[in-house]
Amino acid sequence: MSDVIGKVAVENESPLRRNLKLFLSSRLSTLAAIFVFVFVGMAIFAPFVAPHDPNETDLFRRLQPPWWIEGGELAYFLGCDGLGRDIFSRIIYGARISIFIGLSVITVATSIGIVAGLAAGYLRGWVDITISRLVDILLGFPYLIFAIALIAMIGPGLQNIILALVYKEWVVPCRVVRGETLAAREVEYVEAARALGGSSRHIMLREILPNILSPVIVVSTIRMANVIILEASLSFLGLGVQPPTASWGSMVADGRSFMLEAWWVSTFPGLAILVLVLSINVASQGLRDAFDPKFHD
Amino acid sequence: MNFGKLIERLAQLIPVLLGVTAIVFFMMALTPGDPVEIMIGDQPISEEQEASLRHDMGLDLPPVQRFFKFLGNAVTGNFGLSFFHRRPVIDVIAERLPATIELSLVSLLLALITSIPLGVLAAVKKNTIFDRISTVGSLFGVSLPGFWFGILLLMLFAVHLHILPVSGRIGYAYEVDAVTHLLLIDSLIAGRLDTFFNALSHLFLPALTLGLPMAAILMRVTRTSMLEVLSQDYIIFAEAKGINRTSILIRHALKNALIPTVTVAALETGSLLGGNMIVETVFGWPGLGRLVVESIFVRNYPLVQAAVLFYAITYVFLNFFADILYTVLNPRVKL
Repeated sequence: MSDVIGKVAVENESPLRRNLKLFLSSRLSTLAAIFVFVFVGMAIFAPFVAPHDPNETDLFRRLQPPWWIEGGELAYFLGCDGLGRDIFSRIIYGARISIFIGLSVITVATSIGIVAGLAAGYLRGWVDITISRLVDILLGFPYLIFAIALIAMIGPGLQNIILALVYKEWVVPCRVVRGETLAAREVEYVEAARALGGSSRHIMLREILPNILSPVIVVSTIRMANVIILEASLSFLGLGVQPPTASWGSMVADGRSFMLEAWWVSTFPGLAILVLVLSINVASQGLRDAFDPKFHD
Repeated sequence: MNFGKLIERLAQLIPVLLGVTAIVFFMMALTPGDPVEIMIGDQPISEEQEASLRHDMGLDLPPVQRFFKFLGNAVTGNFGLSFFHRRPVIDVIAERLPATIELSLVSLLLALITSIPLGVLAAVKKNTIFDRISTVGSLFGVSLPGFWFGILLLMLFAVHLHILPVSGRIGYAYEVDAVTHLLLIDSLIAGRLDTFFNALSHLFLPALTLGLPMAAILMRVTRTSMLEVLSQDYIIFAEAKGINRTSILIRHALKNALIPTVTVAALETGSLLGGNMIVETVFGWPGLGRLVVESIFVRNYPLVQAAVLFYAITYVFLNFFADILYTVLNPRVKL
C-alpha cells in the first residue's frame, strides 16, 4: 500500500523538484553552486568573516607577502597591498560590491525585460515595433563601450554603474521573453484564457509568464557572470566604485604598480573574480541542462 | 542570395544607424558640464570670445537642430576639435586606428588557428579525457577577466622572465616606412625581419589576452557543429565507401562544420572592440581603445563621442556582415 502511495507521489512530483534533483545529480554543478553560496555568505557576513578592517592602512605592513613566503604572517595570510591593507579582508568586502551589483543589475534588467518582452510579444503592433527597434539600436553598441560611455557622462559610483549596465542588459531577457511569448500566444491554453474573457494583463502575467519563466531564469544566471566581469572591468579602468571602497577590479588595477616586487596584490583579487565567475558559469550550465527539456535524456 | 535582398537588408540598417547616432548625441548633450568651459579651462577669456566660441561650436542652437547638424557633420567625418590635442578629432582617431586594427586582426587569427583544430579534436575524441579538458579549458577561457589575465602574462613573461616587452607597439630602435600602417605587414614589405620580430614580440601578449575568450567560444562552437556533422548520413556513407578517416574529417566534415564557426567569429569580432579598451590599457598599446579611456579622464568629449559612434557603426556592420556570411555559406538559410 505504502509502495503504491510512494510511486504515485514520485509520478506527481512537481517539475521544479524533479529538475532540482537532476541539477543536484551533477557533482560539478553542485560543487559550483556551493562555491557561489560561499561567496554570497562571505559578502553578507563580511564584517564577521573578515579578520581585519578592509580600509585600515598600516605602512609597516606595506606590501607584506602572503604567509608562506618569508616575511609573511598567518594573520595576514594573503599579504598586504601598497597601503598595508589586508588583501584577504578586502577581497571579502569586494565580494559585496561584485555580488550586489551583479544581483541588482540582473534583477532590475530581468524585470524590465520581462515586462517589455511580454508587451512586445503579446500585444504586437506598434508596441512591438517600438520595443524591437529600441532593442535593435541598443544591440548596435558593444556592451562595454556603451557602459564606459555612459559612465563617462554620468560619473562613476555604485548607483551609476548599476544604471549603466541595466540600460543595455534588459535587452537580453526582453528578446528571450518576446520570443517565448510569440510562441506561447498561439498555444491552446492562451486561446482558452482569451475565450474565457481574460484581460491582456491577466493572460500575460498569470497564463504566459509562469510558463516561460524557466528559460528566463537560466539566461539571467548566465548573464550574471557576464555582469560581474563587466563591473570588474569598469572598476579596473577606474570607472567603477571609487576608492577606498574595495572592489576586485580596482584591487587588480592597484597591483599593477607593484608587479615587480609584489605579485600577490593583483593576483588574489583576480583569482576571486575567476573563481566566482567560473562557479556561476558552471552552475548555470547545470541549471540549463536540468531545466531545459531539450537537454533531458 | 539575390542582390535585391541584400539592398533590402542594407536599407534596414538605416534606422538602426540613425538611432545609434541619436543615442550617442543625446548621451553627450545631456552630460553635466559645459563643453566651452572645459575647453577654455583656466585661460583668461572675454565674454564675447566665449560667446563666439559657443557659436562656432554650434552650442547656441536648440538641441534638435544641433542633432541634425551633428548628423550632417558625422556623415562628412567632421567631429570637431579634440579639446586635448587641438586637432580635428577624426585625425587623432585615424592616427590611432591602425594599432587597434592590427591587434584585433592578430587576435582573431590566433583564436581561429587554435580553436578550430582543438574543437575538431574534441569532437573526434568525444567523451575522452581530452574532450573533458577542452570543456574545462573553454569554461576557464570565458570566465577569465581579461585585464587580470593580461597582468599575469606581463608579470610572468615581461617582468620576471624578461622574454617579452612590457608595453608599447615597437622598440625605439626600430622604424619602418608606413605603407599600410600595420607594422607587421610594413616591416615585411620593407624586408626588415628584425623589425617584424620586434613588433611581433610586442603584439604577442596583448593578442593572446584579447584572443583567448574568443578562442574558448569558437572551440565550443566548432566541437558542437562538428559532432552534428559527423552524425550525418553522408559521413557514414563516406566511411562505408572506405575513404580514409583524415580525408573524411577534413574534406567532408570540417567544410560544413565551419559554417557556424565562421559566423560566430564574425559576430565575436565585434566584442573584440570592447576588449580592446581593457587590453590596450593593460599593455600600453597605442590604439583607439586606450585613447578613449584616456579621453574620458580628461573630459575630452568630442573625441569620446566620435569614437563611441565609430565603434557602434563598426559593430552594426560586423553583425550585418556575419548575417550575410551565414547566408552565403549556408544556402538553405534565406535572408
